[in-house]
Amino acid sequence: MSTPNEVTKPGFWGWLNKRLPVDSFIKGSLTEYFAPKNFNVWYFFGSLALLVLVMQLLSGIFLAMFYKPGAATAFDSVEFIMREVNYGWLIRYLHSTGASAFFLVVYLHMFRALLYGSYKAPRELLWLFGMIIYLALMAEGFMGYVLPWGNMSYWAATVIINLFSTIPVIGTGLVEWIRGDYGVADATLNRFFSLHVVAIPLILLMLVALHLIALRENGSNNPDGIEIKDKKGADGHPLDGIPFHPYYTVKDIVGVCFFLTLFFIVVFFVPTMGKLFLEPANFEPADALSTPNPIAPSWYFTPYYAILRAVPNKGVGALLLLVAVLSFFFLPWLDRSPVKSIRYRGWIFKTFLTIFTISFLALMWLGLQEVSTVYVWLARIFAVGYFAFFWLMPWYSRWDPVKPVPERVTYHG
Amino acid sequence: MSEAGSQTADSPIDESRRKFLTAATSATAAVGVVFAAAPFIESWAPSERAKALGVPISVPLANLEPGQMLTYVWRLKPIYIIRRTAEMVAQLSAHDAQLKDPKSADSDQPAYAQNEQRSRRPDIMVMIGICTHLGCLPKAHFDVGDPTPSLGPTWPGGFLCPCHGSRFDLAGRVFDGSPASVNLVIPPYSFPDDNTLLVGDDGTKKGAA
Repeated sequence: MSTPNEVTKPGFWGWLNKRLPVDSFIKGSLTEYFAPKNFNVWYFFGSLALLVLVMQLLSGIFLAMFYKPGAATAFDSVEFIMREVNYGWLIRYLHSTGASAFFLVVYLHMFRALLYGSYKAPRELLWLFGMIIYLALMAEGFMGYVLPWGNMSYWAATVIINLFSTIPVIGTGLVEWIRGDYGVADATLNRFFSLHVVAIPLILLMLVALHLIALRENGSNNPDGIEIKDKKGADGHPLDGIPFHPYYTVKDIVGVCFFLTLFFIVVFFVPTMGKLFLEPANFEPADALSTPNPIAPSWYFTPYYAILRAVPNKGVGALLLLVAVLSFFFLPWLDRSPVKSIRYRGWIFKTFLTIFTISFLALMWLGLQEVSTVYVWLARIFAVGYFAFFWLMPWYSRWDPVKPVPERVTYHG
Repeated sequence: MSEAGSQTADSPIDESRRKFLTAATSATAAVGVVFAAAPFIESWAPSERAKALGVPISVPLANLEPGQMLTYVWRLKPIYIIRRTAEMVAQLSAHDAQLKDPKSADSDQPAYAQNEQRSRRPDIMVMIGICTHLGCLPKAHFDVGDPTPSLGPTWPGGFLCPCHGSRFDLAGRVFDGSPASVNLVIPPYSFPDDNTLLVGDDGTKKGAA
């Protein structure tokens, strides 16, 4: 990493850098890493996702010191954390609120990519790593939700694991293998604990590293969707780039302050978020003979849940749920527009993105409601809006009347 | 080692031999990985204890009145046992047109339960009380006509799943418009005598699951 003509610095710093590339790492990824100078508020959410990841790891490590996996002990140990462990309530609320915050931040981070075409070439792999992180996060969130072994935990596990029974031939055996018993049981809870605290966090960390390495390779996209590396100054640095440190580290700290303020308002004053983050049914122990009424997954899964419920056939419903999640993966190849940013796209793309956003939020709301004929039909209509955004994109993104893209980045306010 | 097979530092590298050895080593390693993975994958299957706890259960029927339901747990699954009244049994043949699978052709049940009543005896209905959609517990709504919005006055009596609204009749057959595609599953069972039900055993062979 270090340049050959670099003079070895004296003292401990020099000794250290001869053995570990600390200096060149700091230069390469912070002080001489040039990011576009026109980032707006949408660019806070990447660093915030990293912050929430660290917070979840920290609070999770401490929860694991008091939590006891096992069907006989799990529910009581969570109540023990809430009532008896010093500041146990705080550590648990940090973790449960952190889960919702993680998804909120990641959804906004993904929406930023939709707005400015950040998934387009040459950042397809960056987007794919991000999407795999999203999948891993869904698995992590789901398994974490099962651990308190409340009744909603139990039934969420039952319903979600049964989705695999729709796979032809191997489905039934696969479900039994995942559960390790003839129903969701102690064996299921213990393996979910292992996956939630060891396997998936390790995978997540590796994926985040890959996501960041892929990001550094081409640098960030920006609200204008143009490559700053195409216009370099005499010093070889992009004309529209500024060093990540101190400019964006300081800017991100402002974002962190706003975020933590809102986050702690939730942690201290509305930790259950009106039944949205922690559901009343989960304050009852798991009961294989009583289904909570109504049953609803965590808010961050409800768009897909609404699609599942809208289909009057189990296999097709599960398949559409899978397609709904995986559609994001294909975006870099579905989008045929010559421009990246919404600033230079035409009315057709803007209309489809609006329909998608409304559909996603509407499905999210519908997934939290009890089933009724009207809601099922609404879910079907919004599901069409959801899928149209992705699968009509190869056509409408080409027909879209785009505007000319400027040579250099622009400022808005 | 023979003279021909040995190589000195100057002799040319036999590329095809090197390729073959690399491929052979990789293939052997791949087989090794599969074998090494097997115990870990197998460890997830139901344990011996789980299997031992899944033996057949015996249910006394003497105190089960007509129109009543008992719930027992077998293999962590709720088993619904209903003593149907004569009217309930008569009603079963009246709504075939509203069912997805009235003859239980695509559903899961032992051969002796693939009939109009889906049972060995017309009066005793035995089924797994797990919705075939995604595994919630359908709730009993036995009365004809029901104030619940999704059931209404034409409801012939049966079960409603609280999760996604699947509806079943008193033989566990699914109604049209439900997200569930097939009828409720019937476990293997037998009657050692008139007032005893054995769930998990067909009565045909020893130790049948």
